[in-house]
Amino acid sequence: MSAFLTLVARDLRLAFRQGGDAAMVIAFFVLTVVLFPFGVGPEPELLQRIAAGIVWVTALLAALLSLERLFQADYEDGSLEALALLPLPLEAQVLAKCLAHWLVTGLPLIIVAPLLALLLHLDPAGYPALLAGMVLGTPTLSLIGAIGAALSLGARRGGVLISLLVLPLYIPVLIFGVAAIEAEIAGFGARPDLLLLAALLVLAVGLVPFAAAAALRLALE
Amino acid sequence: MPAQPLPTSGDFTGQGLACRRGEKLIFRGLDFTLSAGGALVLIGPNGSGKSSLLRLMAGLTPHEAGTLAWGGTDIREDPGAHRARLHFIGHSDALKPVLSAGESLAFWAKMRGTNAAIEPALARFGLANAANLPCRYLSAGQKRRLALARLIAVPAALWLLDEPLASLDSDAASQLLAAIGEHRARGGRVVLSTHAPIELGDAARLSLGDFRPSPTETSAELLA
Repeated sequence: MSAFLTLVARDLRLAFRQGGDAAMVIAFFVLTVVLFPFGVGPEPELLQRIAAGIVWVTALLAALLSLERLFQADYEDGSLEALALLPLPLEAQVLAKCLAHWLVTGLPLIIVAPLLALLLHLDPAGYPALLAGMVLGTPTLSLIGAIGAALSLGARRGGVLISLLVLPLYIPVLIFGVAAIEAEIAGFGARPDLLLLAALLVLAVGLVPFAAAAALRLALE
Repeated sequence: MPAQPLPTSGDFTGQGLACRRGEKLIFRGLDFTLSAGGALVLIGPNGSGKSSLLRLMAGLTPHEAGTLAWGGTDIREDPGAHRARLHFIGHSDALKPVLSAGESLAFWAKMRGTNAAIEPALARFGLANAANLPCRYLSAGQKRRLALARLIAVPAALWLLDEPLASLDSDAASQLLAAIGEHRARGGRVVLSTHAPIELGDAARLSLGDFRPSPTETSAELLA
């Protein structure tokens, strides 16, 4: 366990010292959301109707931005090779790196999302579902993204490849994330959708480490 | 440094090893035995498979044929135990530009579950003054020494070193050879590849050129 936490702490320290990642994700998130009123017009009724979708789609794209660096830097400087030869199984290391990635990029998304929802006149009844959905959904984004990041190691234009691999897998998170908000606003309650998001998260925690670790081992051969 | 003896039971052996990179068979029919306190120096021209053999011994690359065993047990049966007893220092130094030398070494030691004394390991390779310096300010030779300091910080039974003398000055090189000597005196084993002549006492030499398949043989024949 201490090796697991050491790896999380090291990735957080690297993110903190190098800066960039979290700031870039947030800046992208804010700028993209702000584009929509310019594009579709500022009518509150229209924005209110599409607010949940905009916030979630933009959050997905923002999460995608930082994925390329998840394993790439470690791969290039030889750290990944050294990590793979540690007693701590690579599967656990994948989980540690995803946790650090989520703390650096997912958590800021959760904090900023309500402010952007305000900008888009989201119905106040939808905020608890938005927050709960983001809390359950963004870790899944980091985890699924890890598979794409691991598979695209060593490929040229890895960033584009990651998007192609990962975006289709993000669709369930998007559907249930938006559905939770809409259901809450319509008065049906967000519980079923949130439970499905939780199920996706459990599934991702269980499966992703094995898939991503296998991809990393292939990249290191 | 705590100088506790290393586990000495069992030989590290390879039998009939073959390695394939892509479509190409690099070597085949390779045997070696490494007992406690032993050293194996890999020599051979570029591309003869020195690095590949080291990666194979570490378990990074699967071998195409043959067996790798420690004390008679195939290393694939318990890869975790094999990883726990080895240090592999490859071509890259695995350092982060924004972490200091001390932080880097402490990280790799903690990942192996020990709060090792970092200072003596740094001092050993002449990096005592660089402990708080971010790695981006270190020279190539200093980075190399920092990577090698990992060997000292956490004991491991088997050292796999790929061209460890590259970019080291003569002082650092003799420090490394002394460290290898102490490691072997405690029952540790070393496999290293080199182009430079290296003085390691009674080390066995393995010339990888001898195991290169001839161009006329097909891989099916070779592995049969």
